[in-house]
Amino acid sequence: MAEGSKDQGGVGTTDPEEDSPNMIVYRKIEDIVTRIQDEKAGGVAIRTVKSFLSKIPSVVSGADIVQWLMKNLSIEDPAEAIHLGSLIAAHGYIFPISDHVLTLKDDGTLYRFQSPYFWPSNCWEPENTDYAIYLCKRTMQNKARLELADYEAENLARLQRAFARKWEFIFMQAEAQVKIDRKKDKAERKILDSQERAFWDVHRPVPGCVNTTEMDIRKCRRERNPHRVKKSVYGVPDDGQSQPSPIHISSQPTRKPTKEDVQKEITFLNVQLDRHCMKVSKVADSLMSYTEQFVEYDPFVSATEPSNPWISDDTTFWDLEASRDPSQQRVKKWSFSLEEALKDPAGRDQFLKFLESEFSSENLRFWLAVQDLKRRPLQEVASRAQEIWQEFLAEGAPSSINLDSHSYERTSQNLKDPGRYSYEDAQEHIFKLMKSDSYARFLRSNIYQDLLLARKKVSLQPRRSTAHYFLAGDCLCAGNNISHRQAISRSRKYKTVRALLVPVAALPLKCSTYHQYEMLQSS
Amino acid sequence: MCDQTFLAATFGPCDSCGKASPLMNIYIKNDAINYCSFCMEVMACQGLQSGETLASLKKESDSLKKKLEEERGKLNDIELHQVAEKVEMLGALSIKTKRLLKGHGNKVLCMDWCKDKRRLVSSSQDGKVIVWDAFTLNKEHGVTLPCTWVMACAYAPSGCAVACGGLDNKCSVFPLSLDKNENLSAKKKAVAMHTNYVSGCTFTNSDMQLLTSSGDGTCALWDVESGQLLQSFHGHTADVLSLDLAPSETGNTFVSGGSDKKANVWDMRSGQNIQSFESHESDINCVKYYPSGDAFASASDDSTCRFYDLRADREVAVYQKDSVIFGASTVDFSLSGRLLFAGYNDYTINVWDVLKGTRVSVLFGHENRVSRVRVSPDGTALCSASWDNTLRIWA
Repeated sequence: MAEGSKDQGGVGTTDPEEDSPNMIVYRKIEDIVTRIQDEKAGGVAIRTVKSFLSKIPSVVSGADIVQWLMKNLSIEDPAEAIHLGSLIAAHGYIFPISDHVLTLKDDGTLYRFQSPYFWPSNCWEPENTDYAIYLCKRTMQNKARLELADYEAENLARLQRAFARKWEFIFMQAEAQVKIDRKKDKAERKILDSQERAFWDVHRPVPGCVNTTEMDIRKCRRERNPHRVKKSVYGVPDDGQSQPSPIHISSQPTRKPTKEDVQKEITFLNVQLDRHCMKVSKVADSLMSYTEQFVEYDPFVSATEPSNPWISDDTTFWDLEASRDPSQQRVKKWSFSLEEALKDPAGRDQFLKFLESEFSSENLRFWLAVQDLKRRPLQEVASRAQEIWQEFLAEGAPSSINLDSHSYERTSQNLKDPGRYSYEDAQEHIFKLMKSDSYARFLRSNIYQDLLLARKKVSLQPRRSTAHYFLAGDCLCAGNNISHRQAISRSRKYKTVRALLVPVAALPLKCSTYHQYEMLQSS
Repeated sequence: MCDQTFLAATFGPCDSCGKASPLMNIYIKNDAINYCSFCMEVMACQGLQSGETLASLKKESDSLKKKLEEERGKLNDIELHQVAEKVEMLGALSIKTKRLLKGHGNKVLCMDWCKDKRRLVSSSQDGKVIVWDAFTLNKEHGVTLPCTWVMACAYAPSGCAVACGGLDNKCSVFPLSLDKNENLSAKKKAVAMHTNYVSGCTFTNSDMQLLTSSGDGTCALWDVESGQLLQSFHGHTADVLSLDLAPSETGNTFVSGGSDKKANVWDMRSGQNIQSFESHESDINCVKYYPSGDAFASASDDSTCRFYDLRADREVAVYQKDSVIFGASTVDFSLSGRLLFAGYNDYTINVWDVLKGTRVSVLFGHENRVSRVRVSPDGTALCSASWDNTLRIWA
């Protein structure tokens, strides 16, 4: 069970803000980076690497990190580990020591871990003044490794223009920072400088890189520090000019539940206790059988005939679905349940046709009318409801349906104040009736069976294979002015078919359409 | 009883009526009672024997919850994935990006398919709503809303209109005209009015009704033509982030998920909360019904997706992995319900075997968070919308 890392970190475990979505991810990542750095507990070796004339302190190779992730997070595919590692880097927890772009590579590239001071979970929202101080500071320090990249130089220029009046102040702050830094140990400075740079790579990313500090606006309200009392990276006092964020509306403290709320809850719980529920084993069987029934219709699992339009760029599959003649596979679906039959407009039509042949179509027509009623705009509802009453339920109604007296009573009561749901009871009753009676007979009827077994009424040559509808591929016929038979024999796919093919429907042959042919038994 | 001149020690929301007022603080049977003077008098008149203090009610509620858990536990005789061991393993899936829809200038937050299986509508953070023919990559309509963060959009069943809403707290309906020159914005009709952002919207089975969910903690059903509120649904104690209509033709229910970690099933006719599920550890970002309508899946910031069955009234599967640590923002089922596509904040889409509980595939490609995944109406393709400003069609 993925333990939300609420219990990690120790600090603020009872803090409600710990539940905020961003914090949950940060805590998980922090757990991972803490484990990676723990050499004794199977973490990676963090070493000082000798490079040319200098030493690179406290680094680890990308390959080591990828290996660790694969081993400890049960990842089989290195690509997945690299992807996860890159995200951890993009969020600022690890960084390449010689690149502004925060990704993980599965090779000897050297990485360093970010200092907890700079972790995103501290809710940094550094201001541009801080960024200006940082960039300014970098230009003051005469080290090759601290040179500004092009985009940083551009940023600095922009900030100089924006903060023209404050620049002296910023310059002073930068100088102060440089002084503080000089006092630190050389190796320590290397590490701190790189960590500081990585921090800014997260908050002021390279153009074109994802800014991982962007938040989903729906979750912003619950962030820690909603009133944005800004914390400066370099201790610059807030000059009070910062506007309160428009997104951070003052969060209302969650309302304490009142007596009414708890009473409602008690009523709800009592209703739930009275509910009859099914065992999981039964439910699982039901889910499995449903899935199994429909799996042949699922394009992601079973092949689509003739082809998936998105893959082959061929819309035949859609053309066939839209055609008036439903495929056998589609007709088969109607037998799954009355609901499935009614979902498909062709199924609905056929069922209606069948009922008409039995002179009992009023049930289905009533059901359809009530469905339609529910879809009407509000102002039409009352009149339409009356019309339905007149047509199906009133004394001497032209399409009188058979309702039990209880439902009849309820419905006529409902109609005193007609609404979209006035006929719910009646509709349910009629649906059950159709399901138990007419639907079963429909499935056995000729109308249905003919479609299911694809028997056509067009007279054909003898010795027909009835169950085999056969779809001809891209017909070359019309374009090349050849006969059907020639086209079929040319089409490589059907080379082996020597039988005579006869078009079922006498439709003009077009290159872009598929035609249904019945295969004759080979003589 | 003269009660107006008591010395109030505290001021705050009354435990009984919730209104902020001077409170009388007394103790009954060791329970602290902080009522305003009116409620105190009402209680006194009802007789202290009924003893129904907030604390005692809470106790009753807690014991009922425990009892319910026990009762439901008895039905948990086996796990879904154990029963599913006898189901055939799925073959290796080979799902690739077949179309890349570029055109949005900012994060794409939402999309919805048209019933014609190839058109779709998408909305983005910069206020743009685009209607595409995804098959040809043709942009057919474009509207710019005055507000940013259009978090919800939906295609009408007839294919003649789209609804969209977001930070403007409204959901508006636009008819789609065939005349390219017509200014769609002019024909905009504001239908839903909430007191906070609109997080989700969907048409019911017709163009005439719109169901919306909002950051104000409620869902609402609206009559499109008149803009009238037909039904509102109260019960969530925090933002409602997502909703989904039951797939049944005769169904009148829908499920909603919110920041209160709860997924609630509602009766559209009465506005009642029929069932509630609370097992996630963080916000539920998306809910979607299983194709049969008997179950639904949810995606949450706790990096798991879960599967709940309505008949068993409990969670029956959890889809999670040690290597998946970022929040799941969106889910959808394949046509048969065998596959669950889930989009995550780590830019990937994980494909889960619903019955066995294992992951069958990972789809890489997006360069930023995946905000929405939807399977096309005939199940032939999956569309994903992302913060990388693009939409991808996978098949």
